[in-house]
Amino acid sequence: MTKVLHRTAGSLMLIGAFVAGAGVESKAAEELRIGYLAPTTGIFAQVGKDMVDGFKMYLDQHKDVLGGAQVKFIVEDEQGRPDTAVTKAKKLILQDKVHMIAGGLLASTGYALAPVSTAEKVLYVNPVAAADDLTQRDFSKYPFHIRTGWSSSQPSHPFGQWACEQGYKKIVAIGADYAFGYEVVGGFQRAFEACGGQVIQKIWPPLNTKDFGPYIPTIKADADAIFSLMVGPMSLQFPKQLAASGNKKPVIGGGTSYDEFVLPAMGDEVIGHVSALQYSAAIDTPRNAEFVKEYRAKYGKVPSYYSETNYTTAGMIDQVLAKNQGKFPGAEEFIKQLAAMKFDTIRGPVTIDEMRNPVQNIYIKKVEKKKMFGYDKDELWNTVIKTYPNVNQFGQFKKDEFLATPVYSRDFPPCKFCN
Amino acid sequence: MTGQPLKILMVALALVVIAVIVPNTNSFVILLFTRALAFAILVMSVDILLGYTGLASLGQAAYLGVGAYATAILATKYHIGLGWDFLLVVLFGILLSAALAAVFGLLAIRASGVYFLMITLALGQCVWGLAYRWNSLTGGDNGINVRERPKFGGLDFGNEVTFFFVVFGFFAASLLAMYTLVHSPFGRSLLGIRERELRMKILGYNTWLHKYIAFIIAGGFGGLSGVLWAHTAGIVSPVNVELTTSVDALLMAVLGGAGTLVGGVIGAVIVFGLREYLSTIVPWWQYVLGGVYVLTIFYLPTGLMGIPERIRQYRQRAGQKDTAKEPTRELKAAPH
Repeated sequence: MTKVLHRTAGSLMLIGAFVAGAGVESKAAEELRIGYLAPTTGIFAQVGKDMVDGFKMYLDQHKDVLGGAQVKFIVEDEQGRPDTAVTKAKKLILQDKVHMIAGGLLASTGYALAPVSTAEKVLYVNPVAAADDLTQRDFSKYPFHIRTGWSSSQPSHPFGQWACEQGYKKIVAIGADYAFGYEVVGGFQRAFEACGGQVIQKIWPPLNTKDFGPYIPTIKADADAIFSLMVGPMSLQFPKQLAASGNKKPVIGGGTSYDEFVLPAMGDEVIGHVSALQYSAAIDTPRNAEFVKEYRAKYGKVPSYYSETNYTTAGMIDQVLAKNQGKFPGAEEFIKQLAAMKFDTIRGPVTIDEMRNPVQNIYIKKVEKKKMFGYDKDELWNTVIKTYPNVNQFGQFKKDEFLATPVYSRDFPPCKFCN
Repeated sequence: MTGQPLKILMVALALVVIAVIVPNTNSFVILLFTRALAFAILVMSVDILLGYTGLASLGQAAYLGVGAYATAILATKYHIGLGWDFLLVVLFGILLSAALAAVFGLLAIRASGVYFLMITLALGQCVWGLAYRWNSLTGGDNGINVRERPKFGGLDFGNEVTFFFVVFGFFAASLLAMYTLVHSPFGRSLLGIRERELRMKILGYNTWLHKYIAFIIAGGFGGLSGVLWAHTAGIVSPVNVELTTSVDALLMAVLGGAGTLVGGVIGAVIVFGLREYLSTIVPWWQYVLGGVYVLTIFYLPTGLMGIPERIRQYRQRAGQKDTAKEPTRELKAAPH
């Protein structure tokens, strides 16, 4: 009798286990494969780490489940080279059969990946690569591309207006000599000159310049302020050498000149410098405080905008998939749904405009040395001094007029006041 | 020269094996082989200079760049080279690069050794500077996207397998052409220059002219490599012209074995394999690549193609132990 009981109990348990197992299986059936491209080797490896860490943090928090789908997150090294990015993207698409590719750091990489998404009809979610024309003049060429980060000149438009409000009349711009530099400086110049300012000089040191000795002395003496757009190691060197040259003019700049990616390594010479971007680690909201603390505890550093935008992007994918019960709806439908949603993100409210670029807050930030979020040491923070809400990529300009002008370049807008 | 037919047979066999196996693998592997073979043409052109003429060039990427930019600009701005006229573009790319080499050669060939290295480096950087700065033509830092591949007759180069065979065909033809070249009397005179230029001069050869012609031919093949590269990669940017690309080509030639042509191909396949395939599997691929370079230079100064020679040498030495005191035979001059 006991034997029979045992057997029945045993078989019941077996059935139970089977049912439970089947349940788990059907739950995990939806797999979402995300192919992620970041430079994990080479000179941009550190930025690449911030990008991957941001995305991973969201995945870790949600145990690799986005909107009910089990995520397979495949990171490939794009090495900061556009053609490597293309090869790796093809690997992800052809071999791993990913549902979407995401990532890409440099503007040139963005320009290289977008055509791959068009050719292979695969969704490209772009959290970082900021090249303006991806969502402007070339928008129609890339139907499978959507931006969740920013376009290079987006923060520059309100920033130019802000510079006017400070009473600056004449500004010298000094920027890294490549497309991203032209777009950030160009946006600032257009906005600043639209409200009566004058850019009286534009200086273009080559990318990765370490010695600004030949450039700093040429800065015109009658300028009211200096606008700088630096990236990577340039960001560290320029303020140092500018201070050493005895500069007394106010210094303002593009977001990457003072982003948290470089800020902890900077000295006191940058205190008081002002920049504009869609994120600052010092945004004083409980959500951001929580994010900064958790990120810092996990990775040992304050999150940069690279971290935030990727964390946020993972959240956006989560939200779209949740709407589809964890099933990937296809690239076109995904874009349509994502573009129609409102997102309450760490950097503030975000919506997507009809050319698939985020509409978001732009923060004017001043570097200050202070204690924040309960950390006990004095540190440099990008304190938000003014918020421009709901800024789209055209800023104060009309879309049609904006698109009728060429993309910002070395020669556009022309330097009318340079003599 | 007894081993020569055997070697040719082995290379031909290897080519057949590649042509049969690769199209049946997954499409990423096909893509990698297409890239490696397109680039291998450039590596072989480096080898003509390095292995057969004794000139180490650090500016070879310039010719790849000229070919690639020409293709990209013609295709995107003028819609030329997207049909049967692709063949004309190939010809144009080769001629344009050869013409550039003819100009650069006038400046570079006067020097040799480390000076030649530096002049070619400087000239290569000039081309890089143009690619980077001439925004209206080259798209500057962003480069040019080549969105379409040629399509004509029943052939659609957009198909990865078809395109693999196209690149394979050009590659095999280049290999054959360069092989014929280095085994021609002209090629022999280049070898003579490599071994002892002064003697060649005394024998009445115009060594400057020989080197100059070799330089132009290498440039032309670089251009061909560039034309194929533009369609293989789908993007042409200053990265293709920068110093690293020239160094890559040089390292691949040395890795495989300079002065063997085929060695450069093996080098290209190995480096592409490690850099683009291994890197998808493990994050520490760079150590492997570095290790391969270091080990090759330490233990195989004649490159991977020197392995058979190495084995023969080892056997010979083992044999010599028995028949001691046999005078050490001078090894057949392994190129570099």
